[in-house]
Amino acid sequence: MLNVYNILETIRMIQDECLDIRTITMGISLLDCIDTDIDRACEKVYEKIVSRAENLVPVGQKIEKEYGIPIINKRISVTPIAMLAAACPGQNPVKFAKALQKAADTCGVNFIGGYSALVHKGFSAGDRALIESIPEALDITQNICSSVNIGSTKSGINMDAVSLMGKIVRESAERTADRDCIGPAKLVVFCNAVEDNPFMAGAFHGVGEPDCEIHVGVSGPGVVRAALAKYPEASINELADIIKKTAFKITRMGQLVGARASELLGVPFGIVDLSLAPTPAIGDSVAHILEEMGLEQCGTHGTTACLAMLNDAVKKGGVMASSTVGGLSGAFIPVSEDAGMIDAAVAGTLSLEKLEAMTAVCSVGLDMIVVPGDITPETIAAIIADEAAIGMVNSKTTAVRLIPAIGRKEGETLEFGGLLGSGPVMPIKDKSSAKFISRGGRIPAPMQSLKN
Amino acid sequence: MRAVVTVIGKDTVGILHKVSGICSEYNVNVIEVTQSVLQDMFAMIMLVDISAINRDFSELVDRMNNLGSELGLSIHTQHEDIFNSMHSV
Repeated sequence: MLNVYNILETIRMIQDECLDIRTITMGISLLDCIDTDIDRACEKVYEKIVSRAENLVPVGQKIEKEYGIPIINKRISVTPIAMLAAACPGQNPVKFAKALQKAADTCGVNFIGGYSALVHKGFSAGDRALIESIPEALDITQNICSSVNIGSTKSGINMDAVSLMGKIVRESAERTADRDCIGPAKLVVFCNAVEDNPFMAGAFHGVGEPDCEIHVGVSGPGVVRAALAKYPEASINELADIIKKTAFKITRMGQLVGARASELLGVPFGIVDLSLAPTPAIGDSVAHILEEMGLEQCGTHGTTACLAMLNDAVKKGGVMASSTVGGLSGAFIPVSEDAGMIDAAVAGTLSLEKLEAMTAVCSVGLDMIVVPGDITPETIAAIIADEAAIGMVNSKTTAVRLIPAIGRKEGETLEFGGLLGSGPVMPIKDKSSAKFISRGGRIPAPMQSLKN
Repeated sequence: MRAVVTVIGKDTVGILHKVSGICSEYNVNVIEVTQSVLQDMFAMIMLVDISAINRDFSELVDRMNNLGSELGLSIHTQHEDIFNSMHSV
């Protein structure tokens, strides 16, 4: 007989502590859809996605019923579209975005990620055209996500791309200013992007991946917080052990769901992404875990240390629970998507500088941060460069998802709704970085020895 | 293949009867039942065999959910794999 305590614990985690599978994401290669005729290429893209993913949503719903565990998102990631755009010079790549949106509508998925370009060392054919089309693509579609990789530990940082992305982020916000600047909320700028990430907005299907596969992203900040709350007097290493055990259980569930989805869809199982992904819902906050550890509010002194421990313990617990771990794997700190982070930002305890420090020890970066509407493209680019430098030097993925709140200033708020939440406009420095950004060129790849 | 039906809520007459009635209707065999009443809170865990179920498992889940709403109880019907995988190495 199953243990009664274990059964009730699982049910409590799901019912009271917001435990869920955040996403099952089907990665689909579009390399066989490349065509010099862009309209033909778009048709092939649509047909391939629909043929592979038409059962993704029903299968997700079936698994939800079988195990009684909510699967919040069903998503698709595809080969970076810049590679397809490269075969169609002089054409507007937005046609691909429209084809992806049509496929998303047909399959009923929440998002398709992969309107992307990888330019960490330089622009190849198609890359620049695709990047320049991002603001339009994000404006006219609802469920398409975009990402651009501008740096890596092995190749350094492409500062021309950084400068360009500063302009693109701002333009994307301007084009969607009437919809709370939703455009850049679907756009991530990466350093060391991973090829098997199931989480949006940064998911794309890398060229080293198989033709089609299933990834799973788990989530459970509420479960971790509730587990810690039972031990108010525990030492930090005891807390780390509790987090490891909890992460193990959460990840096992992800592994089970991924394996089942793979079986039902007849598609190989890719990875489980061991992440603590918050939502704006009460009881689903990463900030509240840090506060449970003993911080009065997230963002105060000690936050980086607590987050480093949390992130490491989640990985240690999760690694043993899954046969294949990958993706971003770590605690996410998207400000607008986390009730505790929002409170801390409104109170002024959590600043952009502290967030930057936090990103050095966790997944993934400056995420869902609302900045004043008068921010210049050069300042956005400089923030991207700072964050990319942290990723490049520390051999980890970092990302920037900033939302310039066009027409608004500090003290005001953007409301995105749903999982994207709402974000207070956070203050930035008023001194210019324009000269630095205007130089262009590349930051050379860093030393990987003599580390100090 | 086995599933676990968990019923939690205020104790009333005939809960076990109604839940096992639905099981019988779906050709689901009850293997084991554990139940306790603490103060007037009722908690029952029922292990059932679903290998000979005569309709889709998701229909049974919906039917139990509806019964739960009617009686003001929380009824969860889940495949046993979720508990095995979460709580054993």
